[in-house]
Amino acid sequence: MKLLLEHAHVEGIRYYDTYRKHGGYRAVEKAFKMTPEEIVEEVKKSGLRGRGGAGFPTGMKWSFLAKPEGVPRHLVCNADESEPGTFKDRYLMEFLPHLFVEGLIVSSFALGSNVTYIYIRGEYAWIVDILEQAITEAKNNGWLGKNILGSGFDCEIYVQRGGGAYICGEETALIESLEGKRGNPRIKPPFPAIQGVWMRPTVVNNVETIAAVVPIINNGGDEYAKIGVGKSTGTKLLSVCGNINKPGIYEIDMTCSVEEFIYSDEYCGGIPKGKRLKACIPGGSSVPIVPANLLLKTAKGETRYMNYESLADGGFATGTMMGSGGFIVMDEDQCVVRHTMSLAHFYNHESCGQCSPCREGTGWMYKILKNIEYGKGKMSDIDLLWDIQRRIEGNTICPLGDAAAWPVAAAIRHFRDEFEWHILNPEESQTRNYGLAHYADPIHVATV
Amino acid sequence: MSEVQNFKVTIDNITIEVPAGTSILNAARMIGGEVTPPAMCYYSKLKESGGKCRTCLVEVSKGSEKDPRPMPKLVASCRTNVMDGMEVKNITSEKVVDARKGIVEMLLINHPLDCPVCDQAGECHLQDLSYEHGTEGTRYDFERRTFEKEDIGPYISLHMTRCILCYRCVFTADELTNKREHGVLERGDHSSISTLLNKSLDNEFIGNIIDVCPVGALTDKTFRFKNRVWFTKPVDVHRDCPTCSGKARAWMRGDEVYRVTARKDQWGEVEEWICNDCRFHKKETTDWVIEGPSKIDRRSVISQGHYVDTKTTQILINNVIGKEPRLLMDIHDVSDVNKPEVELSRIPGPAHSDDFKTTRD
Ligand SMILES: Cc1cc2nc3c(=O)[nH]c(=O)nc-3n(C[C@H](O)[C@H](O)[C@H](O)COP(=O)(O)O)c2cc1C
Ligand code: SF4
Ligand code: SF4
Ligand code: FES
Repeated sequence: MKLLLEHAHVEGIRYYDTYRKHGGYRAVEKAFKMTPEEIVEEVKKSGLRGRGGAGFPTGMKWSFLAKPEGVPRHLVCNADESEPGTFKDRYLMEFLPHLFVEGLIVSSFALGSNVTYIYIRGEYAWIVDILEQAITEAKNNGWLGKNILGSGFDCEIYVQRGGGAYICGEETALIESLEGKRGNPRIKPPFPAIQGVWMRPTVVNNVETIAAVVPIINNGGDEYAKIGVGKSTGTKLLSVCGNINKPGIYEIDMTCSVEEFIYSDEYCGGIPKGKRLKACIPGGSSVPIVPANLLLKTAKGETRYMNYESLADGGFATGTMMGSGGFIVMDEDQCVVRHTMSLAHFYNHESCGQCSPCREGTGWMYKILKNIEYGKGKMSDIDLLWDIQRRIEGNTICPLGDAAAWPVAAAIRHFRDEFEWHILNPEESQTRNYGLAHYADPIHVATV
Repeated sequence: MSEVQNFKVTIDNITIEVPAGTSILNAARMIGGEVTPPAMCYYSKLKESGGKCRTCLVEVSKGSEKDPRPMPKLVASCRTNVMDGMEVKNITSEKVVDARKGIVEMLLINHPLDCPVCDQAGECHLQDLSYEHGTEGTRYDFERRTFEKEDIGPYISLHMTRCILCYRCVFTADELTNKREHGVLERGDHSSISTLLNKSLDNEFIGNIIDVCPVGALTDKTFRFKNRVWFTKPVDVHRDCPTCSGKARAWMRGDEVYRVTARKDQWGEVEEWICNDCRFHKKETTDWVIEGPSKIDRRSVISQGHYVDTKTTQILINNVIGKEPRLLMDIHDVSDVNKPEVELSRIPGPAHSDDFKTTRD
């Protein structure tokens, strides 16, 4: 089922004329015949959930936007995509910039944002040009600027490049950075819906969320909601990487099972060289890692599906999260300790340093993990790591603290024996990996 | 004018009425004593301060009368306003006590613990905090973080290793000067307070950043290594100053003024900002009109040199948890110096254990 990537492979779809020929900007035409409230209502009906990671219902977020008399409001699109394993927004912006711009225009109209910003990850330098080009084309064709389609609604879209900090993907840090300040997350409340950019009411949405507004308006919220299951409506982009035959971007309708997604030729095509699946991080580096047995089936023994509810089934004890859709697959040769160490390094490096548990705790965890990985760990280190992550989680200003704590917690929860093995075999662990053990993939036993 | 509404809030089983818009921390301060969460970054005089250190985390066990649901996470009491009927647990919450222990530990893992050579010792909030809320020993066995030394001018010395990144000095410079020349550079655990190009800080009110700094990261160069604070006696003084209110505190030994600071209230916050001239250049007794000894909390080690007029904090905690106070340590209960009959202000120079022996038995 393809809604967003339907025309991704059409030659020249990056340019206005081709995009328009394939039905582009129909959503804008339709939207401007509706009232902003009606658009918000359609988005509510669609059940669309934020694609940036938290999965918050977009329609609800839009309806929370404060609308004080005489104060401008803003839509800010979060294109900072820096979560390890996540690269879906990049694909959308690079290949379908007009779909994105179209979504921005419709959303800006719905929210009453005359000045809309795209805050893009600094390293996506070349995409800035692609977006600027698309915005100029849209403007030249009357979809942007003053009095769009004679509606009296003005809208400009500006692209702002970030400086290369993961923390600027956190919405309030993004807002600070957009205002030209140091990208420190704000202390909430107030939330952006009340006081965001320039202290004005602001909605921050992910790129994919904004793009999804286009099919919602074209087909209607009810039609969109028919796709998928339960509260996981519509389609979701996944960026797949790691030990997989066909890494890349997939659009799924959230009804396929995890097993089908990994092994079927329609999607990832299984694991290279007939190796066995060891573990997976299904939603970007911040969500808990799960071993193969808990990935394919829930703790209750039911099939796990690629959607918000099913992936989260069992809570953090036995489940994980859909997150931002960065699907990282690890085969039997991968080392969970090493992997956890590099994630800890990432969060240590990316912490903004405002609050003490995250600033100090992330570095501490990284140092301990480095010791364990390089054969210098102590048995007590495992409990200490657990204690540190426990005291970071929930006690910080922004969710980066949680995001740093969860991977460590999940690795210890499910792979404790591997940590112990590292500590007990300091020399052997430098030359070989632990392998699969009890969490061996119960279904796809290697045939070779 | 409409009346400001009053909200009822219960903190550690003690109920108080406060005006709407009051933070939990300030409500707790109105109650006073151990019910008040420690605050390492919040500063009531600095608008944007707070929320960062996380030492003031409390548990909200009941959101409000209207919405009694407890809050899912601990909240920073300095940045969370009370609601009507809210119930808050500070030291009666095991979660809070545990989280706070963790935070003290985090604040200390990279701290140099160089108190013996630190001018802040004796009036350091991190010392108090770790005494009251921390645990013994450390589980950190890595090298502690160090920074390149940076000279920020003739009056203020910066020891970045001791900084807890509370941002108070940054906000102070923002609010008192029209052009802030220092700020936080870098990020994460390598962030540092810096002027970027080794500029010196020379605004005429910049000396106040020394007073707001909870630790020994910013200290007074004109007082450097001259004395320990508890050997000097704080005296409230004033002078006619063309720049500031001229109301200050002189730290004296005999007739000598060793150091001048702003006057601080019971939460360790500056009452009125003073200018650099008063702080760094007026070191003669003749520069000042002496009002009398400052009131110092009897628990403070500074009262060692200054027994007259000490204040005793009200102890509420036994009413709350039915136990003896267990957080604050009263130095006078455990030290030789605990001889109220010895009039310390009469002892010339620093007090010495011999001074107490003479009055034994
Ligand atoms: C540390 C951190 C980094 C984040 N990075 C991104 C990001 O790169 N892109 C993104 O869309 N959301 C990111 N988020 C989530 C945003 O804060 C926010 O929830 C999201 O942009 C909301 O959009 P949505 O409702 O459309 O998902 C991040 C959050 C945190 C805490
Ligand atoms: S949790 Fe980490 S990244 Fe977020 S505000 Fe605190 S220090 Fe900064
Ligand atoms: S130097 Fe002092 S006041 Fe400034 S941030 Fe560090 S600890 Fe806070
Ligand atoms: S005083 Fe509240 S977080 Fe620092």
